[in-house]
Amino acid sequence: MIEKLGMYLQYPFVRYALIVGILIALCSSLLGVTLVLKRFSLIGDGLSHVAFGAMTIAAVLNLTSQMLVILPVTVISAVFLLRSGRNAKIRGDAAVAMISVGSLAFGYLIMNIFSTSSNLSGDVCSTLFGSTSILTLTERDVAICTVLSIAVVVTFILFYNKIFAVTFDEDFSRAAGTHTDRYQLLISIVVAVIIVLAMNLVGSLLISALIIFPALSAMRLFHSFRQVTVCSAVLSVFCAALGILISILAGTPVGSTIVAVDTAAFIICCAAGLILGGIRK
Amino acid sequence: MALLTIQDLSIGYDAHTVLQDLNFSVHTGDYLCIVGENGSGKSTLMKTLLRLQKPVSGRILTGDGLKETEIGYLPQQTIVQKDFPASVREIVLSGCQGRCGMRPFYNREEKALALQNMERMGIATLKNRCYRELSGGQQQRVLLARALCATRKLLLLDEPVSGLDPKVTAEMYSLISELNRDGITIIMISHDLSAALRYASHILHIGPTVFYGTKEAYLESEPGEIFTRDSYATTEPQRAKHKGGKRK
Ligand SMILES: Nc1ncnc2c1ncn2[C@@H]1O[C@H](COP(=O)(O)OP(=O)(O)OP(=O)(O)O)[C@@H](O)[C@H]1O
Ligand SMILES: [Mg+2]
Repeated sequence: MIEKLGMYLQYPFVRYALIVGILIALCSSLLGVTLVLKRFSLIGDGLSHVAFGAMTIAAVLNLTSQMLVILPVTVISAVFLLRSGRNAKIRGDAAVAMISVGSLAFGYLIMNIFSTSSNLSGDVCSTLFGSTSILTLTERDVAICTVLSIAVVVTFILFYNKIFAVTFDEDFSRAAGTHTDRYQLLISIVVAVIIVLAMNLVGSLLISALIIFPALSAMRLFHSFRQVTVCSAVLSVFCAALGILISILAGTPVGSTIVAVDTAAFIICCAAGLILGGIRK
Repeated sequence: MALLTIQDLSIGYDAHTVLQDLNFSVHTGDYLCIVGENGSGKSTLMKTLLRLQKPVSGRILTGDGLKETEIGYLPQQTIVQKDFPASVREIVLSGCQGRCGMRPFYNREEKALALQNMERMGIATLKNRCYRELSGGQQQRVLLARALCATRKLLLLDEPVSGLDPKVTAEMYSLISELNRDGITIIMISHDLSAALRYASHILHIGPTVFYGTKEAYLESEPGEIFTRDSYATTEPQRAKHKGGKRK
């Protein structure tokens, strides 16, 4: 098996997939903790549907660089969603659901009306569930992804303390003179970037899994913000790498395999948490 | 120049005004207690003082070199989700964020300050414990330690003893008055009139009639007389009913 793996790793597309997969897993797990705690677990889902809607528009307009449409639209929606969650006229979950369902329907409608492809449901299916597109990455994709990931990680590390403070108690932070609005905006933008990135890997529907599972698993085991963040990053990277390798060896779809591994890790962490909790008591 | 000067301040939400034409000033070293019935606007006033919300009209002036980032705050309810993983140390340290400004990490001084304040509040042994697993009294001390990290001058406390048992309440009050003796100005909201009268130097009574003055003057005044008589005379169930009626 090792030999087989070694053989596969000779191919650049396998290496690209691994690099991109690990980077995306790392980025999405970093903000996962914050999002889960702010009750925005499903924002990944919602925003990826927005990105899907934007993508259909870009496809219909026949734009060569779809990112130019997808990224701004997603960022704007993220800002709107995370902001509306606070001054709740429409509560966070309802707003997410509204945007998510709306843009999904809209995107499908556009695809239906304008698409020239005969295999429409196949197209939709692959954008939603992630196709093999991670296995068809070009060098340029890898470069873009690497740059954006590094930007995300650096931003997160630089603002780690502020992100913690704002997530834990926004009122106190504002009273202490922190510009919480700016950090809220920063978080929204980073989330949107991560989601647009992740769409390539696992497709719209499974993005939430990448955001939620590592955070929830880590929260079973650890009780301080820093430990949870570090643990979820490590776990996420490990699961993504394992998932990609399995999917290559077994020929299973990449996205679903990663999520399956994440789920397994979550179950193991739950069990470990229970046992450790028992020992501590 | 006073630490805080409040001029013709009206407070409220959107179009709806809760309180009008407040005028008072707080001087360094004061211990001001804000009393009033439920829903009279105490928390709203405090949030306005903290600039968490805009005043409807009027002004809040700061003096004595008080910077906006130098106010410590203990909220009435910190709605910390049940599942938030945060250690005591992380929370207390987050009180230094105003001091820290744009610098991304806390420096050695700030870490030392956090430790010192944890010791002051008697929670140094809990520093690696998870916040949500602490008792109400311990949690309140953690938040007070956090507030102390944010300020050397002014502390705003919104019902710091609600939900605490009499023994812990007494400890909390003596901690606070100790801080006041160390030179920190205190503005505290409290329902506990006897404690307010015991510890405070000034009283702000808000309600239909507003009173501001020293506690001696308060006892002589009309709202003071009515309020003290009421809160000592009425029994608990009747007070609860009273509260319900006033809410709206
Ligand atoms: N977010 C809000 N939007 C609109 N009105 C509000 C809001 N919060 C409070 N109010 C109203 O403002 C008034 C004052 O509320 P506030 O919370 O300041 O009272 P309080 O004096 O702190 O009461 P308590 O003793 O119960 O803490 C109340 O009538 C309340 O209904
Ligand atoms: Mg209140």
